[in-house]
Amino acid sequence: MSAGSAADRRPGWVVYALLAAFVIGSALPLYWSFMIGSHTKGEAAQKPPPLLPGGHFLENARRVFDTVDFWQAMLNSLLVSGGAAASVVFFSTLAGYSFAKLRFRGSNVLMGFVVMTMAVPTQLAIVPLFILMRDYGLLDTLLAVALPSLVTAFGVFFMRQYLLDAIPDELIEAARVDGATMLRTFWTVAVPAARPAMAILFVFTFMTVWTDYMWPLVALQETETLQIALDRLALTGQGQTTDYALVLAGAGLSTIPLLILFVVAGRNLVAGIMQGAVKG
Amino acid sequence: MLTEEQAGEVKPEPAPPTTDRRLLRRQRRSRWDVKLSPYLYISPFFILFGLVGLYPLLYTGWLSLHDWDRLYYQQGEFSGLENFRFVLNDPVFIKSLVNTFSIFLMSSVPQVIVAVCVAALLDTHLRGRTFWRMSVLVPFVVAPAAAVLIFGSVFADKSGLVNAVIDGLGLEPIRWHVDRWWSHFAIASMVNWRWTGYNALIFLAAMQAVPRDLYESASLDGAGRIRQFWSVTLPMIRPTMIFVIVTSTIGGLQIFTEPRLFDDTPNREGGADHQFMTTTLYIYVKGIEDQFYGRASAAAWILFLIIVGIALLNFAITRLLTRRSGS
Repeated sequence: MSAGSAADRRPGWVVYALLAAFVIGSALPLYWSFMIGSHTKGEAAQKPPPLLPGGHFLENARRVFDTVDFWQAMLNSLLVSGGAAASVVFFSTLAGYSFAKLRFRGSNVLMGFVVMTMAVPTQLAIVPLFILMRDYGLLDTLLAVALPSLVTAFGVFFMRQYLLDAIPDELIEAARVDGATMLRTFWTVAVPAARPAMAILFVFTFMTVWTDYMWPLVALQETETLQIALDRLALTGQGQTTDYALVLAGAGLSTIPLLILFVVAGRNLVAGIMQGAVKG
Repeated sequence: MLTEEQAGEVKPEPAPPTTDRRLLRRQRRSRWDVKLSPYLYISPFFILFGLVGLYPLLYTGWLSLHDWDRLYYQQGEFSGLENFRFVLNDPVFIKSLVNTFSIFLMSSVPQVIVAVCVAALLDTHLRGRTFWRMSVLVPFVVAPAAAVLIFGSVFADKSGLVNAVIDGLGLEPIRWHVDRWWSHFAIASMVNWRWTGYNALIFLAAMQAVPRDLYESASLDGAGRIRQFWSVTLPMIRPTMIFVIVTSTIGGLQIFTEPRLFDDTPNREGGADHQFMTTTLYIYVKGIEDQFYGRASAAAWILFLIIVGIALLNFAITRLLTRRSGS
């Protein structure tokens, strides 16, 4: 590994200490969330605040479930994120394969366009998107939440970069000689080769859509995703003294699904970020 | 690459007129297959992007030049630059722009510096490197909405952890939610928290791509670790530096979730005095809550142009600076 490393020897303890400090600092807010979420409202508002966990987390969790429809919100988030991620992976693999391995007129110009759109801040266009959804009667539906995330320029770019090296041209030609149609070649040659990148792109897109707050806030009214449920929870928790025990128990609970995903697929995520960077 | 010509070659010899007509038809179908498939495969992206990306962006431009009847939901008359004039004369909009820049600077500058340092730490022969790489990414798993609520409590004016520490040091507690610049600091710190590890991994990837012999020759020239970092690593990761700075500019200037949810007043318009309202929040409040579509769209276009401008400027400055330090 680490071909261009500045250090040829194993690093000294200072490096480990500095990294450990950074990691502990990174984990502290999460600890704080579950710690405050395990105290009563009164304890959480004390001065100075408690520093060790209390015994009221389940009680606070119940209060969260009484305040917002947490499980429905989680199911909605799952549907939207899963659907959008599947769509992004499918269409990006298709387009990425085409850009990487098929030659056609205008391919360079069109790919340039894709790269350019990666830099366009499309979320500034919420007003027309809102009008669009309202005019088509899609407001307050999960479809409206997912629609703007069904394709991403990043996905196309990422798959193209990956497939450039992942599929030998001879493999495609061989399939063609065997009389396979273009679509069949895509299924039997490109898709199997693209699998690792597809997994990375899926996890990445899933997380991006899951954590999005702005667009669901615009598109939804009664229906809730997990982030919108948090929004409502924060409003409920407001008051003369903010009910941090309730709010932070909710924030902690809402993070658990992604923490599980991270344990399972964190390596994919790390690989995706690092690959996207080198080739980008 | 599979070209059209090659694809034609792999087909059987051109059929003489006596051959089965079915073969001819299949050949013709195959030729169309080769010609059209590439376009077919990329078309879903372009169609969907056009619908939910490009069209809304252009529509924003059109809306910004028109009046809008809020009572009857009807497109009003062409009003020229009236919406732009209104927005640019709106003190709240100007305030939101200043807030956006202040939060952006407080988050991007320290973030890039710390991320490069963390990447340099990770770019050593660590034991358990997968563990360390995954560990720095943990904050990225926490959704911004959850992160703001957590940091809102850490920076709570009365019961927060930070104020408890400040109080313990015998200093005057800070009103994080009220004081304008301190509220920017609190918001910037949650952005930094979530993104530093992520950017460190991007820098790490770039550092690992630096050819090792560059370090060896620098070492032969008598350059120590620090000197190698300045004269080899930093210049070599310049393209990645530009990439990270440009993407964090695009993202950072659109910051919305944090200022929206950091607010502990029920209006949630970036504090009682809009002290931490960002421009994207302004667009949301004007466009979605108050339904001034034209004004919100004008504000969106102004921010859009600013973002593109700053991204280009960043690109130029980073090139200039890193080239100089590299020589």
